[in-house]
Amino acid sequence: MRRAGILPTLLLLAGFALLYLPIVALVVYSFNDGRLVSVWSGWSLRWYRALWDNRQMLDSAAVTLKAGFVSATLALVAGTLAAIVLARAGRFAGRSGFAGLVYLPLVMPEIVLGLSLLLLFVELDLDRGFATLVLGHAGFSAAFVAVVVHSRLVAVDRSIEEAAMDLGAPPLKTFLWITAPMIAPSMVAAWLLAFTLSLDDLVIASFVTGPGATTLPMRVYSQVRLGVTPEINAISTLFVAAVALVILTASLVNKGLIPGRSNGDSA
Amino acid sequence: MTFLSLRNVAKSFGGVTAVDGVSLDIERGEIFALLGPSGCGKTTLLRLVAGFEQPDAGAIRLDGQDIAPLPPYRRPVNMMFQSYALFPHMTVAGNIAFGLKQDRLPAGEIGARVAEVLKLVRLEGLEARKPHQLSGGQRQRVALARALAKRPKLVLLDEPLAALDRKLREETQFELLAIHRRLSLTFVIVTHDQEEAMTLAQRMAVMDRGRVAQVGAPRDVYEHPASRFVAGFIGTANLFEGTVAGQDNGLVRVQSPAAGCAVAVRHAGTLSAGTAACVAVRPEKLRLGDAGCDNGFAATVEEVAFRGEATLCRARLATGHALTLSLPNRARAGGDAPRAGAAVRIGFAADDAVLLTS
Amino acid sequence: MTGRARTVTILLAFAWLAALVLAPFLVVAKISLAEVVIGRPPFTALLEWGEGAMPPALRVNWGNYALLFGDALYLEAYLGSLRLAAIATAVALAIAVPLAHAMTRAPARWRPALLVLAILPFWTSSLIRVYAWIGILGADGPLNRILQWLGIIDAPLAILNTDIGIVSGLVYSYLPFALLPVYASLVRIDPALGEAAADLGCRPLKSFFRITLPLALPGILAAGLLVFIPAVGEFVVPDLMGGSDTLMIGKTLWTEFFTNRDWPLASAATVLLVLLLVSPVVVLERRLFLRGEGRA
Ligand SMILES: Nc1ncnc2c1ncn2[C@@H]1O[C@H](COP(=O)(O)OP(=O)(O)OP(=O)(O)O)[C@@H](O)[C@H]1O
Ligand SMILES: [Mg+2]
Repeated sequence: MRRAGILPTLLLLAGFALLYLPIVALVVYSFNDGRLVSVWSGWSLRWYRALWDNRQMLDSAAVTLKAGFVSATLALVAGTLAAIVLARAGRFAGRSGFAGLVYLPLVMPEIVLGLSLLLLFVELDLDRGFATLVLGHAGFSAAFVAVVVHSRLVAVDRSIEEAAMDLGAPPLKTFLWITAPMIAPSMVAAWLLAFTLSLDDLVIASFVTGPGATTLPMRVYSQVRLGVTPEINAISTLFVAAVALVILTASLVNKGLIPGRSNGDSA
Repeated sequence: MTFLSLRNVAKSFGGVTAVDGVSLDIERGEIFALLGPSGCGKTTLLRLVAGFEQPDAGAIRLDGQDIAPLPPYRRPVNMMFQSYALFPHMTVAGNIAFGLKQDRLPAGEIGARVAEVLKLVRLEGLEARKPHQLSGGQRQRVALARALAKRPKLVLLDEPLAALDRKLREETQFELLAIHRRLSLTFVIVTHDQEEAMTLAQRMAVMDRGRVAQVGAPRDVYEHPASRFVAGFIGTANLFEGTVAGQDNGLVRVQSPAAGCAVAVRHAGTLSAGTAACVAVRPEKLRLGDAGCDNGFAATVEEVAFRGEATLCRARLATGHALTLSLPNRARAGGDAPRAGAAVRIGFAADDAVLLTS
Repeated sequence: MTGRARTVTILLAFAWLAALVLAPFLVVAKISLAEVVIGRPPFTALLEWGEGAMPPALRVNWGNYALLFGDALYLEAYLGSLRLAAIATAVALAIAVPLAHAMTRAPARWRPALLVLAILPFWTSSLIRVYAWIGILGADGPLNRILQWLGIIDAPLAILNTDIGIVSGLVYSYLPFALLPVYASLVRIDPALGEAAADLGCRPLKSFFRITLPLALPGILAAGLLVFIPAVGEFVVPDLMGGSDTLMIGKTLWTEFFTNRDWPLASAATVLLVLLLVSPVVVLERRLFLRGEGRA
């Protein structure tokens, strides 16, 4: 057993401090009584009350959650299909082009994706709103789903599926009864990833959404531009708390959220 | 002269005691085998010597020097890993030269030494290959070459031949012996294969759950096992459990319910009557027919298995106790072996059995 | 997978990709060749359907590209983005590699917790993280106050609205992207290799550079791309943390699109950006993304 040296420990502490201090500061200041973000003037929930009275914010939060839910579900279906094709369909004409399209959104800045999706919707004469928002988010988060599910699929021993077919199960049954249960943890993880990507996104949403479907990041962004206010600290704290809760529960329930060894992935 | 000395070395991981007070003395220039069932602490013992683990207690001295404070990279010891641990991004030559470069030898010298060990392990011509371009047996020889290249005082080999098929393993065992003789190094070799240990080693230690059960030359350990564990682990043994009934003239009589009578065995020490004891006999020491034997039993042959150089035979006594016999196949016609169901007499000499009390 | 099920699956997946990935890029390419007009949509059509005249006339306008290459503003924005993204990538890797290495060195029972800690920020909103980082770096933020209290500086450092501010914002935003692939490639390295190096007389630091780093190189390259590419097109960080004179292509595009409403020019700028980013990916793609898929 290697002993954890003093240097690695210091590195770990410094690294995680760098990652977390800003978030901790933000959370602490959300409970600040004063209007100034940088001057501490006692504990208070006043900014949470202000938030509660802010109808616009609440409406946007509802839009964001709904869009996240629908787009993550769409992305899960599409991304899993793409992963299956990549992992199981063998060679076919245009396979490398197919793979390129699957991974393209991963390597494109959000601004490119947003702009191009918007122009597509304009070209098709679709009215911008909730539907285009969902389609836009599903379009890019499907790529992330495909990566996560694919890495699990290639780790699943194919002879298990072959055994099922050998025993008489047709392809769809084999997938539903044999493959899906084995990749289920990664599908849960992929759905959650797609969901948070949608909640998080500012740039794509700014392009593809329309009046009546303003998302929370868009509201937060326009407020931040006007100046730093403790109300944003409050809403950010709620966000962080919700995400932390979901992730911690999920990673306790199954280790599928964590890529690498704990997953049994060798990919 | 003791070269590597372990004194009461102990190591545990969390609650698991892997090595439990081991003391061993290994001579300069010998091949010493560590033998034992899986999980008995062989690898841990090697890692303690190599310096990857720190002992919880005890002392390790190499050539008279306490090596406990030395980190692995300062110990004049090289190890051949159970998994080979070849550097995947380096060529065969790069792997072998790695240790020499750490010593900052001049490039010409390194080249000469690499060529020399490559020749030794018969891998000439493969120096530019990467590990993944080699067969299992070739990889194993690169690992060996890498461990030998620095001409360390002590080479540790952790199950060096485990990944090889039987034929290649036997060939490589003789190659290892030849290499050892030419370089006059000290080898400590871990194995759980008793035949391999007996083929290679001048002396061996049998380990059991972190402790040393017996140390000695392979022949001594085989013919004079010190305990039931050693007798059962090294080769096969027929055991007659019982109690000491009497002793005269160097012969001990053990009253054994399994045998249905008293069994005579030669034993030097004195034992008081009533002590629990066990008589162990190797399958090849049992004979068909008990003429001239100190012990004889009536038995029925149950199974007969042809094994090439010998025939294995399973026979049951009237008491229900089963014995295993190994009968040499001296004649090609195969007249020596009995048939299943035959009634036979089985005997052995008191000199050919050992008395075990632990 | 064989037969009809396979064909249907491929077609379904391909239809999705064609509609939401391929089509948008084709539309952008098309509009980049149009002319800006005032109206809805604010650009001319590529095919002009005259009064009953067949075939339609093709109207291609290369002017947008000419403008992009001719305009110093755009060139500076591209170069500025590449420069800042490259610096941010280097800094992020310089932090991520030792940090991930320390994670692999931690006792095995801590590692899952460390991994969750490393992933957690990745799951929280990047906008919120940038916002939090602004709070830290501000003139009266904790960083300046601590430095002043320690007597290291007299007056607050102006970090926000400078290139340093942008680089620090990019690094902070994308550090988790770098951390995960680096960790994943480090943890896959057999610890016996490090032991073998030590056994052959190699000191720990040297063994890190001779054994660990070369073996982790593919993961480090992937991590670099995962930071570099989004950083080049980043909008939020230069918008909220950069000065008015900071030129990054993401922000320039945004302005061109929303403020100036010159969609054809923005499209042309996007096409150039895509070409700029896709070329290194195509070169590295086989090594980074498609490993192991060929043996289907
Ligand atoms: N790093 C470790 N952490 C916890 N337990 C360990 C560790 N290394 C070894 N052990 C335990 O110590 C005991 C001895 O292990 P060791 O690897 O020395 O056995 P071995 O004799 O080499 O077995 P094998 O023949 O299977 O290689 C085992 O019970 C093992 O589970
Ligand atoms: Mg072992």
